[in-house]
Amino acid sequence: MIYLELLWIFFKIGLFSIGGGYAMVPLINSELVAHGLMTQTEVADIVAISQITPGPFAVNAATFAGVKTSNILGGVVATAAVVMPSLIIATLLARYFFRFEDNVIVRRAMWGLRPVVTGLIAAAAGSMALSALLGAESVAAIEWASLLSAVDIPSVIIALVSGFAIIKLKASPVLVILAAGVLGLVLFGVFGI
Amino acid sequence: MSKKVSLWRIFLTMFKVGALTFGGGYAMVPLFRSEYVQKYGWITDEDMLNMIALSQSIPGAIAVNCSVLVGYRLRKIKGALAAVAGSVLPSLITLTVVTYLYRAVRDNAYVAGALRGVRAAVVALLVSAFLGFMKPFYKDALAVAAFAAAFLLSFLLDISSIYLILGGIVFGVALGFLRIKKSDNAKNGGAAP
Repeated sequence: MIYLELLWIFFKIGLFSIGGGYAMVPLINSELVAHGLMTQTEVADIVAISQITPGPFAVNAATFAGVKTSNILGGVVATAAVVMPSLIIATLLARYFFRFEDNVIVRRAMWGLRPVVTGLIAAAAGSMALSALLGAESVAAIEWASLLSAVDIPSVIIALVSGFAIIKLKASPVLVILAAGVLGLVLFGVFGI
Repeated sequence: MSKKVSLWRIFLTMFKVGALTFGGGYAMVPLFRSEYVQKYGWITDEDMLNMIALSQSIPGAIAVNCSVLVGYRLRKIKGALAAVAGSVLPSLITLTVVTYLYRAVRDNAYVAGALRGVRAAVVALLVSAFLGFMKPFYKDALAVAAFAAAFLLSFLLDISSIYLILGGIVFGVALGFLRIKKSDNAKNGGAAP
């Protein structure tokens, strides 16, 4: 039965994709491609599609694979399956964590963790800046010799204006995202800058 | 939580965050923060960093794990379910549609243009998020050092966040002991509990 199969496969994928994101691509390959449910090209397509659609890659991949293999119901089943491990594990964790939140060891651990997580968010901002403003996928991939010509100036302007709107004008991120989308559509899509 | 947050409201806010988050990982952080911390004040910045740290350490997408944790925090199991449903539904709907017409969408210049704009704005959103999170520990040299170390190790050397988070826990616990040894009135002792 295809639905049970999808349920089991995506439950496993959800369970073993620690670190999130593209960490699950090898698992998709071994589970779906090896079982003949998807082709290698379709896996590449999921990665591409996930970049232009909202939501985490894991969820997008599950919906795509489910719909591809067995229509909308398959999409719902695969999506439910891929978030189920999160739901179970995070709920259990929440029960214990929120109970021990005031424990002195937990508080110290969390005190050490908060600057680290903030650093990780800063690193995400850095990587995002590289890819959105420089077209480089990592620091190692930057071509220093042609750095200036690699800078995507319209994108830098959009980023600066967005930053000004959020930090100085206290604009809502929702509005900023929508405005940047419209601006991108007009500048890059209509005028082809 | 003194006031009971309605399940519908949890669902709606997560739906909004899910629908406007492009890209995985930390891309959801700024929107999540603007809804839950800044707009409604249901959780604090500190709670949010704790939840991100926990989300990062267990299987599954960060966005999904965070929604389970915040949902559970606000309304236990029911809240977790409402939050997950809200965060996943935008992906489910979009992907179901996109799967049927993905070649057209993928190669569409307007879609590509809008996304280029959105990605530039997300850089600014992430920067404003980490600056906000840093406020409580700007003046604590050790916390700033932990922040800088995590940022550099993750951004430049691409060290896995799991190791950095473990490092943060060890750092926090060890430092807590050291600080208490130093001063007998460990009641407060600066930032470390």
